[in-house]
Amino acid sequence: MTVMQAPAYRRAEYHGFEAGGSHFIYLVSAGAIFEIDADVRAVLTRLDGQELTHAALVRELASDGRDPTEAEALVRELRAARLIELGAVAPVMPQAPPADFPLQALVLNVTNQCNLACTYCYEFGADKIATPAGKPKYMTLETAQASVDLLIREAVGRKAVHITFFGGETLMNFKLLRDVVDYANMATAAAGKGITYSLTTNATLLTPEIVTFLSDNRIGVTVSMDGPPEMQDKHRVYKNGKGSYAVIEPRLRTLIAHHKTRAITARVTLTEGVTDVVRIFRHLKDDLGFHEVGFAPVTTGEERAYSLDDNGMDSVLAQFSLLADEWLEYALRGESHGFTNVSETISELISGVNKSHPCGAGLGLMGVSPSGDLSPCHRFTDADTHSMGHVSSGIDRAKQGAFLKKGHVEAKYDCQSCWARPLCAGGCHHEAFVRYGDTGHANLHYCDWIRQWTDTCLRIYGVLAVQNPGFLERFAERKGLS
Amino acid sequence: MKHLRAINKKALAIGEAVAQVEAASAGTPADMEEDVVALQQQPRPHVPMGCTLSFSPGWEVDAGGGTAGLCQPVERDIYDCYVTCFWPVQVPDHVNYSPDWASNCATATKDWRSLDLVFP
Repeated sequence: MTVMQAPAYRRAEYHGFEAGGSHFIYLVSAGAIFEIDADVRAVLTRLDGQELTHAALVRELASDGRDPTEAEALVRELRAARLIELGAVAPVMPQAPPADFPLQALVLNVTNQCNLACTYCYEFGADKIATPAGKPKYMTLETAQASVDLLIREAVGRKAVHITFFGGETLMNFKLLRDVVDYANMATAAAGKGITYSLTTNATLLTPEIVTFLSDNRIGVTVSMDGPPEMQDKHRVYKNGKGSYAVIEPRLRTLIAHHKTRAITARVTLTEGVTDVVRIFRHLKDDLGFHEVGFAPVTTGEERAYSLDDNGMDSVLAQFSLLADEWLEYALRGESHGFTNVSETISELISGVNKSHPCGAGLGLMGVSPSGDLSPCHRFTDADTHSMGHVSSGIDRAKQGAFLKKGHVEAKYDCQSCWARPLCAGGCHHEAFVRYGDTGHANLHYCDWIRQWTDTCLRIYGVLAVQNPGFLERFAERKGLS
Repeated sequence: MKHLRAINKKALAIGEAVAQVEAASAGTPADMEEDVVALQQQPRPHVPMGCTLSFSPGWEVDAGGGTAGLCQPVERDIYDCYVTCFWPVQVPDHVNYSPDWASNCATATKDWRSLDLVFP
């Protein structure tokens, strides 16, 4: 016999926070952010640790002195917005993108050779997964052209595509860059698409002529560097052990002074002993003049001499918070601060992303090795175990499908109960592979860190939404989000 | 929305959906208590599998009186009703009274003649 029970309300999965004197919730099933009033808080408090039927909930709200009709309308509103749910509801997971999701960007590894020998390098260091033996060291023009053709062919329905030049050290194959840019400009114009470019370099080979070329072609530049001389020279060294700061410093000044068309970004790798985030930021932003500075902890498998331990990570997060506060002060004045880690998260919060996958790797973005092998992104370049087709024969759909199935947040058990999953989705595929031997493993070593950081950025977002919403609108426009 | 203020794009989209729900129910507010059916409740009732739940067409015919356009052939439908289902339809009750009814019928398309009437 069926036992009829009156269904009861429970709270949906959300993360609550306070900012700027107001209360907010981040609704996990959607990635939506709402400012909530005292009535909503009353409902959420009533449902803390217990379930209530519709009648009971309305009755309790009315017993606080609310008009019963108002209480009824309040419950209806929260139910329609799915902040409260009737009965047990299976968590809603983001759908996987369609199998024919169009390509948007390629990262061309124009060479796998490098003139530096940074000790922590994921391509050549202790945790490398690349298997470059016997493969071409430099990309040929034919391979690059085939890559451009593939990108245009696979970017069905897209108005514009993007190419990132990467290495090894990208500028060791600068000759190819000129030819590829010429070819890609022509080919995309013929296909009726726009194209943008970016490049990552260690800056050691920059010359005034190269800077002019980059500026003239609106090629965005990211410089991999670690900070002032003693930090830069700790790991970013030549093969003879000599540091690279003295070589790149004058070149950076030329780059920043003469590249006028795109923002110049520094990308810092944090390692044991290189954790003075605030000092690094000041040096790169104020002394050298970078427009944006972003930080990421080094990727390592087992404990390496240069790995960040928990203390190191705590110190990094504390300093991130200092810079985040500063970012907010700037934003409240309507100014841009340049701490990329906040800017990126704010962009995602404006849209309300709810990611099925942590990033676009293997989806809208792929890496191309010097030999023309496709991989999920540049970090998997030249790794036989992760090849995903070839520029001449096209994308291997079976391998791509398997990679994306593994990487879907739904397949990561540990993420199912985490409120930060709409933004994180388990974290970097490559980091997961290096750490756990599986691209589909959640990056459990930084979960607490991600939640704290997401909370920090949500608070910044909340303050801005209350005190300077115009800044968020302009920020969205500038980032092309609106 | 009166109590929630949407402050990002996703929340604005939810706000629009809420407005539609509220507009649709403005004239005749739905009874919130009744908006539920037994299958959605906890604890879930035990329900046997069968055509009433899987919406198999059973012994029905299509609009023209034929069976060719149905989503399953009638041969298959025999087993939809017979195996796993207690429901008193036009085939014997496999669960309770006639467990061996189809034992002489290995393949319904070929052996259907060996299916016999049942006299309870």
